[in-house]
Amino acid sequence: MSAILSVRGLEKTFGSVVAAHNISLDVPRQQSVGIIGANGAGKTTFVNMITGYIQPSGGSIHFEDRDITGLPSRTITRLGISRSFQVAQVFGSLTVFENMRAAAAVARTRQSILAGVLTPLASPQAEAEAEAVTTLFQLTPYRDARAVTLPQGVRKLLDIAMAVVGEPRAVLLDEPTSGVSIEEKFGVMKIVMSALASRRTTVLFVEHDMEIIARFAERVLAFHDGTVIADGPPGIALADPTVRALIIGMPTGVPHA
Amino acid sequence: MAWRTTLIGALAFVAVGVAALVLPEWLVSLATIALANALVVLGLVILWRAGLVPFGQALFYALGAYTVALLGRYTSWHDAFLVVAIGAAAAGIVAFLLGFLLARYRDIFFAMLSLAMSMILYGMLVKTETLGSTDGFHVEAVTFLGFAPRGRERELTLFWFVLALCAMAALLVSFYFRSVSGALAVPVRESEIRLEFLGISVNRLIHLKLVIAGTLAGVGGALAAMAVQHVDPTMAYWTTSGGFVFVTILAGASSIAAAFIGSFLFELVRSIAVDIMPGTWQIILGSVLLLTILFLPDGLGSLFVRHRKRAGAGAP
Repeated sequence: MSAILSVRGLEKTFGSVVAAHNISLDVPRQQSVGIIGANGAGKTTFVNMITGYIQPSGGSIHFEDRDITGLPSRTITRLGISRSFQVAQVFGSLTVFENMRAAAAVARTRQSILAGVLTPLASPQAEAEAEAVTTLFQLTPYRDARAVTLPQGVRKLLDIAMAVVGEPRAVLLDEPTSGVSIEEKFGVMKIVMSALASRRTTVLFVEHDMEIIARFAERVLAFHDGTVIADGPPGIALADPTVRALIIGMPTGVPHA
Repeated sequence: MAWRTTLIGALAFVAVGVAALVLPEWLVSLATIALANALVVLGLVILWRAGLVPFGQALFYALGAYTVALLGRYTSWHDAFLVVAIGAAAAGIVAFLLGFLLARYRDIFFAMLSLAMSMILYGMLVKTETLGSTDGFHVEAVTFLGFAPRGRERELTLFWFVLALCAMAALLVSFYFRSVSGALAVPVRESEIRLEFLGISVNRLIHLKLVIAGTLAGVGGALAAMAVQHVDPTMAYWTTSGGFVFVTILAGASSIAAAFIGSFLFELVRSIAVDIMPGTWQIILGSVLLLTILFLPDGLGSLFVRHRKRAGAGAP
């Protein structure tokens, strides 16, 4: 089976700081990949390079056999990779449904000035897609609540749901459970992962909680100093002595990259 | 819902058009200026919805006005439709060019950059002696498809012409507000990063808003020049821009109708204030703005646009 995402020799330096060094890996379709590592290990940098938020200093990224290295984020989104954020990026004064409808309308509209002006925001198709994803992420009870009023866990769900509107083939979730209370974490991840599985979406997620990694990741990428130090199923990767010493042994409670 | 609003709007424009036949002359000419300025305000409403307040919109207003004045002076083009179209195009093209720079800025930086640009035009107009420097110059009378009215007839024809253009602008802007590009104003204000990652360029969205607002200001300026029959550099001065921002605050961003009503009330209050307190009329205008901000923070529009029910607090 061919890889949906192929990364070769990815490099990123910020001045003298090496945030990514010689990262090469392939992600097959529909795999769920957990990304772990201490703060500053390069997890978010990796996610940011794949999604076009920052440009790599070297190496290449291929998605569905197309070279997407250094493309702007909006182009990468249109090609089928979307993402969620460590701090939920939602439109606070709009309701959950309006957020979803805005996402659906943008996804359905071609990226041209003319299309943007000629397409109404509130089309039946966009509303149907918004309703479907709202239901899929179990956001229906909050449908008409304004996003600023949502509890943190629900807001993170909305953030991810907005990324899933428009049927991306791959999503990258940057700490989907950061800021979410311990009691809510598993519930949030369960909803997210089953929603993504039902849409056959490939998922890469950054996570600090090893229990969540063990439960929801089929494969673990362990980052340290900008390199991948372990890559394998959770049972093996999490048992790796280097990983245990460098990542799991360290305090992991701080929700920052 | 949208159809009902459009219908009410259309009826209101027709009613105002008919009313002009019996209204006193001073009120009709005041309304003509108010409507012309309302087009500038409409443009500001578009930008304000996205969180942008330009303090130099008079730049495009003056461009539209001077274009009409120059055409009247140096060419044989005197038709109202033609000169307004050229004035609009001139302002729109300049807005498009300046937009490449302006669209990259937000908040106070956007406001100040726009102010700076308008003051450059002001300075150029003041220094240009062939255009009358600070005195400005006279605007030739326009014709309407060959029809050259005079006196009261001219007043009324110009008023209806302005009214018709306003109705058209209101309709087009209401379409724009329902489109993907126009309806994404709150998202632009609240999370640009999410919009970019939904697959849309925020700078391009804003650039388009700048061109629309600039074009509307150009039309407003062109119409004002025709109504006043005189142009001078104060049309580009920052107090003119400030006046438009004033009316935008008075009107609020929630409704298109409010831009027109707000603009009319502003002109009315100003002319009454000048009448009763010739030297210190600004005190009255300032008080009106203060009271608006205190008691109607969302502007006049909030009086007749029903607020969205705040369902948020009650959700489980």
